[in-house]
Amino acid sequence: MNIDIRSEKGMAIAVLKGEIDHHSAKKAREQLDCFIINMQPDVLAMDMSAITFMDSSGIGLIMGRQKLMKECGGRLEVRSPQESIRRVLRLAGIERIVRIT
Amino acid sequence: MEILNEIRFSMPSLSQNESAARAAVSSFIVQADPTVEELSDIRTAVSEAVTNAIVHGYRGTSGRIDLVVRLLPEREIYIRVKDCGCGIADVKKAMEPLFTTAPEEERSGLGFSVMESFMDKLSVRSEVGRGTTVTMRKKLSVHGG
Repeated sequence: MNIDIRSEKGMAIAVLKGEIDHHSAKKAREQLDCFIINMQPDVLAMDMSAITFMDSSGIGLIMGRQKLMKECGGRLEVRSPQESIRRVLRLAGIERIVRIT
Repeated sequence: MEILNEIRFSMPSLSQNESAARAAVSSFIVQADPTVEELSDIRTAVSEAVTNAIVHGYRGTSGRIDLVVRLLPEREIYIRVKDCGCGIADVKKAMEPLFTTAPEEERSGLGFSVMESFMDKLSVRSEVGRGTTVTMRKKLSVHGG
C-alpha cells in the first residue's frame, strides 16, 4: 500500500492505494501519525477509492487515526470505499464514529 | 469428506505472507467460479485467520502456519488454517466481538466476527501450548451460464 497526502488550509486528503492488512497497516499508521502530529490538520480525509482489499486491520487503522485526530482537535473522514471495503466497515459499525461518504 | 480438489501449503509466520496466503487461496478458488463478492469474503476470512496466527498464535515468537484449501461437492469451499503457537485459553471469549489481547497493535478484536460473517461455518479448536486450528466453510452460489 502507498499513501499520497495533500494538504491545503487545514484540510488534508490522504489517498490510500493497494491492500490494507496487518502487514501494510503498520507503515500506513506511522506515515499518517507523523503527518497528523506535524501538520495538525482540522480535517483528515482518508480517500479509500483505490483500496482493493481491507480486513479488520483497516478498522484498527481508521479507529487509531480517529482517536489521534480527536486528540489533536480535528476530525477524520473516510471517502469512497469500494463495496467490499464498506462491508467490513459496516460490520465494525464504524459509521457511528467516523463520517463515511 | 469427498474432496474434488485440494491444495496444501505451509509458510513461516511472517506478516508479509498474509497477502501471499490470500493470493494462493484466491488462485485456487477461482476454478469454482465464485462471484466477486464470494471471492472477496473468502480472501478476507483467510487474511483474518492467518493474521490471528501471526499476531496471537506466535506472538513474540515464530513458527509455521499450515493451510489446506479444498473444493468439496456442491460448490463448497473448505479452508483450514493451523498454527502450533501458544493456543487460546478461552475460545468463547476470544470469539467475542471487540475482544483483543493486542490493543497496542491496534487489533480491533473483529477477526473472528469477520470470519463468522463472511463464511457459512467457522470452527475453532485450540489447546494452550499446542496451537490453534481454524476451519471455515462457504458454499458458493450457482450463477451464470
